[in-house]
Amino acid sequence: MTSVVVSCVFGWTGINRAAMGVIGAGQRLARELGCTHVCLLVGPMSEANVSNVSNFADRIVVANHPLLDNYQCETVLTVLTQVCKELNPKAVLFSNESYCQEIVPRLAHRLDGSAAGDALSLTVQDDAVMVTRSVYGGKAQATVSLRRSPAIIWVRARAQSPAQPQPQTSQISQKPLALEPSTRVQVVQRHIEAQGTAKLEDARVIVSGGRGLGGPEPFAQLQALADVIGGQMAASRAACDAGWVPAGWQVGQTGKKVSPELYLAIAISGASQHIMGIADAKTVAAINVDPDAPIFHHCQFGLVEDYRQVVGPLREKLTELLV
Amino acid sequence: MNILVCLKQILDPEMPSRDFHIDATGRDADRGSAGLVMNIFCANALETALQFREQHGGKITVITYGSASAEEILRKALALRVDNAVLVKNEIEQRLNPWSVARVIAAAIRKLGDFDLILTGRESGDWGDGQTGGFLAEELGRPCISLADDLKSDGSNPALVRIRRQNDQGWEVIEALTPLVITVTNHEHNVPRIAKTRDVMQAFRQPLTTWSHSDIGVNPQSITEDLARSEVLGLVIPSKQTQCEWIKGDTLDERISLLARRIANVVQSV
Ligand SMILES: Cc1cc2nc3c(=O)[nH]c(=O)nc-3n(C[C@H](O)[C@H](O)[C@H](O)COP(=O)(O)OP(=O)(O)OC[C@H]3O[C@@H](n4cnc5c(N)ncnc54)[C@H](O)[C@@H]3O)c2cc1C
Ligand SMILES: Nc1ncnc2c1ncn2[C@@H]1O[C@H](COP(=O)(O)O)[C@@H](O)[C@H]1O
Repeated sequence: MTSVVVSCVFGWTGINRAAMGVIGAGQRLARELGCTHVCLLVGPMSEANVSNVSNFADRIVVANHPLLDNYQCETVLTVLTQVCKELNPKAVLFSNESYCQEIVPRLAHRLDGSAAGDALSLTVQDDAVMVTRSVYGGKAQATVSLRRSPAIIWVRARAQSPAQPQPQTSQISQKPLALEPSTRVQVVQRHIEAQGTAKLEDARVIVSGGRGLGGPEPFAQLQALADVIGGQMAASRAACDAGWVPAGWQVGQTGKKVSPELYLAIAISGASQHIMGIADAKTVAAINVDPDAPIFHHCQFGLVEDYRQVVGPLREKLTELLV
Repeated sequence: MNILVCLKQILDPEMPSRDFHIDATGRDADRGSAGLVMNIFCANALETALQFREQHGGKITVITYGSASAEEILRKALALRVDNAVLVKNEIEQRLNPWSVARVIAAAIRKLGDFDLILTGRESGDWGDGQTGGFLAEELGRPCISLADDLKSDGSNPALVRIRRQNDQGWEVIEALTPLVITVTNHEHNVPRIAKTRDVMQAFRQPLTTWSHSDIGVNPQSITEDLARSEVLGLVIPSKQTQCEWIKGDTLDERISLLARRIANVVQSV
């Protein structure tokens, strides 16, 4: 029996660009390791989605159960441990969504393997999975060899090339699950932020504000500007920590990783941790009073100016240009 | 409640990129002249614990596993009036990984007695692993709630806590029975407080518990084994820098017009 590489996708998120990135990474890693590629779908998933995924893996395993209608970490972990113990994989890949990030170390521990997060590239050396990842807040990149199998990894999913269709569709199996509801941990309320912050990762244009704005009010001006250019709003950690905007707006190492065509940074200094979130932006532009602000090292174009002199007139000019 | 907060000392993550260098082994950062600080998410976790104690009472112990220099962050915590501080000395000359850290802290917890809540940061600002909390939960056989930004006790049941945790869409509220491991993320409500000068002075005179591996029954061999699970092969400094085109013009109005045109060009091609 050949060993397997598992790419795991959660039904609560569905098949989006991130899922296709994870499946793509799994497909390539399986090929490199000479393994079978199994795509594991956990939670509710439409039949259309299941059959869609079946073009991209050698086998599909569907793990669903009424207790998986909503994500609950302890239950999902039980399911994954059961399934993985049977599949005995060499590697299990997840996306960078927050639910995956919390699963990875715990699953690695239960399977007595190794763990890594935020993997950019995956390769194989001496039969071990090797990942590269940003460390020190983006100031360096490390190569790490996961010598202990199975390697449980979450990847920066949207940075992975999507999966390629395979010649024959895969065999689909349902994993029967016996689950008990958790008595110790219960999700009692779920709140979705008004602005579809989940979509920040998919936004084509982003206007982002930092501590230099000095308060929450100027974000309304930035919003007006964003509306004119069809942009979404984001912010630096400093602005989120100050309570000016919701935490979900944060871009960076510990915020969203975005990849817009245009990222306009206003009154953001460009700390390496912030830059980590915009590494995949096509064009970065900045408005900052300080010509030495590090953000300008990452910009295609920039204006050294007080934002208060700029944002209003800029919106007016763009309104004219874009009619 | 009895609360343990795990603290890690790291190279100051706010140091400018130009001061960052790789050490002679090629596998870690060179300390250079950079300062050492308490990891910010540990400070957020500590703040969360302090607020919880103010509202509901209880005791806070802080623990760190590291070199002698890590005493400094324990003193910082003592200056914020935590009840106990423990330093477990890392006696092997190697960088630790989260797996070994979790094993050692779990051993220390067995010696310290039981905690209702164990708080860690969501991740370290140096290696950014974000694994220690999860590993620790598994070592201790407890549930783990991650990315928490608020923690309250439920008035009616002393063993029940309400935790607000962030997710990709917003947040959710979780009710959970202790004992628990919780990893804490930043939020406007857990921005670390600043110690009073008098408490800082006091903190220097307070006793610390210092343990070696053998004090808590940790076999150094098992640490070496955990370190071998994942090996750092090397570090490189990414060279990517972009040439910024400065928007220039004689008047502000001209500069803004130019900027508007550049932005419009990008936006229209989307
Ligand atoms: C472990 C860790 C993780 C982190 N994760 C993240 C993360 O995910 N995202 C993130 O953003 N940060 C993160 N940070 C924080 C990061 O290091 C910086 O502290 C933060 O990004 C600074 O935010 P800022 O640029 O808004 O503020 P500042 O650095 O204070 O910059 C403000 C800028 O505004 C400019 N300015 C001031 N007034 C004006 C004006 N009137 N007009 C125009 N410009 C003006 C100033 O010149 C300055 O450049 C993290 C830090 C750590 C340690
Ligand atoms: N050496 C250590 N001593 C104490 N706590 C630690 C140590 N390393 C990590 N932690 C805790 O684990 C959290 C996450 O760290 P990491 O898994 O290394 O990203 C930190 O914020 C700390 O709370």
